[in-house]
Amino acid sequence: MRHAIKIVAVVATAGLLLAGCGSKPSSSSGGSSTASSSPKFTACMVLDTGGVDDRSFNQSSWAGMQAAAKKDPGIKVSYVSSSSQNDYTPNLNAETSKGCDTVLAVGGLMGDAVKAVAKKNPKEHYAEIDSPSSGPNVYGLQYNTAQGGFLGGYLAAGMSKTGKVATFGGLNIPPVTIYMDGFWEGVQYYNKSKGKKVQVLGWDEKNQKGGTFANSFTDLNKGKSISQAFVQAGADVIFPVAGGTGLGAGAAAQASGGRVNLLWVDTDGCVSASQYCKYFISSVTKNLTDPVTQYVTKAAGGSYPTGNYVGTLSNGGTGLASFHDFDSKVPSGLKSELATVKKDISSGKIKITSPSQPQ
Amino acid sequence: MSSDVQPRRRLRVSGNVAVTALAFLVALVIGAVLIALADPPTQAAAKYFTAYPWDTFTAAGRAVADGYVALFEGAIFDPGTASQGTLSGILGPLSETLVNATPLILGGLAVGLAFRAGLFNIGGQGQVIIGAVFAGYVGFAWHLPAVLHVVVAVLAGILGGALWGGIAGWLKARTGAHEVITTIMLNYVAYYLLAYLLSVKGFQRPPYGQAISNVVEGNARLPHLLGGNLRLHTGLLVALLAAYGVHWLLTRSTLGFQLRAVGANQFAARTAGMSVERSYVVVMVVSGALCGLAGVSQILGTNTAITQDIDAGIGFDAITVALLGRGRPGGIVWAGLLFGALHAGGVQMQSATGTPVDLVVVVQSLIVLFIAAPGLVRSIFRIRTQGAGVGQQLAKGWNG
Repeated sequence: MRHAIKIVAVVATAGLLLAGCGSKPSSSSGGSSTASSSPKFTACMVLDTGGVDDRSFNQSSWAGMQAAAKKDPGIKVSYVSSSSQNDYTPNLNAETSKGCDTVLAVGGLMGDAVKAVAKKNPKEHYAEIDSPSSGPNVYGLQYNTAQGGFLGGYLAAGMSKTGKVATFGGLNIPPVTIYMDGFWEGVQYYNKSKGKKVQVLGWDEKNQKGGTFANSFTDLNKGKSISQAFVQAGADVIFPVAGGTGLGAGAAAQASGGRVNLLWVDTDGCVSASQYCKYFISSVTKNLTDPVTQYVTKAAGGSYPTGNYVGTLSNGGTGLASFHDFDSKVPSGLKSELATVKKDISSGKIKITSPSQPQ
Repeated sequence: MSSDVQPRRRLRVSGNVAVTALAFLVALVIGAVLIALADPPTQAAAKYFTAYPWDTFTAAGRAVADGYVALFEGAIFDPGTASQGTLSGILGPLSETLVNATPLILGGLAVGLAFRAGLFNIGGQGQVIIGAVFAGYVGFAWHLPAVLHVVVAVLAGILGGALWGGIAGWLKARTGAHEVITTIMLNYVAYYLLAYLLSVKGFQRPPYGQAISNVVEGNARLPHLLGGNLRLHTGLLVALLAAYGVHWLLTRSTLGFQLRAVGANQFAARTAGMSVERSYVVVMVVSGALCGLAGVSQILGTNTAITQDIDAGIGFDAITVALLGRGRPGGIVWAGLLFGALHAGGVQMQSATGTPVDLVVVVQSLIVLFIAAPGLVRSIFRIRTQGAGVGQQLAKGWNG
């Protein structure tokens, strides 16, 4: 009996505690509603798994939202993250019913959920990163990073002294292999136009099932051991397409004492992995930030963009970052060749054949 | 089960319920502290704590109240959406809770059942994946008439899970390989098998730009229970039926008696003429089949296409659900509902208040932690209970 009384007492105390807290919002909600009534436009983002600090697409996309809010104080931005694919639909629903003026979804895997939710909420505006537009109220942002990878491959082939370059991926999935395809094609194009025989280790576009993969986007040691195997085989330029695993390639480059150099991926390596900056010849970038900022700014201005955006070399959606420490080491002839290749890809004179390109 | 055991058993249960409730409470209080610590206005107010300490407390109180109110609104009832008067507005939160609970109940039953036979099935992840792959493949690659298609797809999912669980059971029975090791390894096999399948034409969706499977046909989907606007699907009924089935199996059938006997003491069971090996295979097949059903709920109910994380952590959450439910089907249903509610509420909490969704996972883990350490909860609340506590049960298994 005494237990029962104690339990009742504890539950009652808890009830009082909760009631005490519960009465607060009524007095404070005035404050929070005035705070939230000043923004004219709310943009909300549903992130994919990996979190906002993934140093990859979630982080870059969110940076675009923050930039838009910084430019225009009338724009209020917020995000929710997903812990698995189960969360896509609930998150999109929650953000829609919260009253966001537009909802941006990050990651091509969320495409189905965006399509279904957008159909049920025809008055709401959506944007979807890495997936094509799936309705009149969905704006699609896609990236042809094979174009950037192509330049990276050409640059790597031009910089290699051993005649062997290498690449490896995190997982054999299209958003990864599209870079490797572009890299491979860039090397082949270099060979064709220069009459050279630079070899690519770790990937062959014609054999999409093969290739070298770390099966991880976080395992540094795996990245290091793969890179060292490439070095053993004679490669002197490595292009890791594996997120954090790629940092292991940085460690391998450091251990080689400058014999091996790297191309970083997605972001400018001298910014996101600055400790290895002196080993980065350049980086093959995927610019998520600026298009997101442009979309949000336009939408806040009252005109919601429709249709699709495809990030290419010509619109800056993908490309090579600056050479940083290698600026003096990359021959000016190679630099001007890269400019020509870039122009030829944009004009369609060079056809990229990667099967992973956006349609 | 003679009648003289009854009074003691009742006492023990009431003690356990109290410990569970108090563990929940302690976890919520610690969660509240974490919410307050993670709240930017509270952090801002804490900077001038010595000048105006009250501001810190009001800010913290507001953050905690907003967070838990959102948790409740996301999981049970939201006056804001309910005022629209639509069915989805009123029942939406509950529907989300039940949708989240469905695979957790099925997975929890799988782990709980195996535990009763003395086996620790950590292979939920792999069994869920293979179940989802089988069910999903039948769902998008085969074209069958309306009712038949979903039935065949569900059976395929059960088969897939049973197969994957059965391998571990067979290895144990034949070679004595420890099921913890084999099931964990089979998780890896299933995970990377799925990664491979998601790059195979015929499985991967054209134009092959993403690691995602084809879409399951409408005919093969589990029908919605309350119309298309609410995600609640018939998988819930399957889960409840399965819970009853496991209950019946364990308490009413000869097979269940054998399984429990093997779990209690395999040597005694063998001496009594039971086939321990056969029990291992059978229990892992059934356990795998239940996980396969969780995969079915994932691919034919909640989602419409397979991606790499179709398992969504259910295989491992199932272990926690089974522990929380103390390995008994009724308890597992409640534990699954609780976790489903926490997850559904977590979505709303994150959206409405910006509280990181990870915090919900922390609260979940704390609840289980405190339940597993009943002595801690008792000493916090100075409760003295007779008989064995839940923690002791956890430590020595559920058959003691």
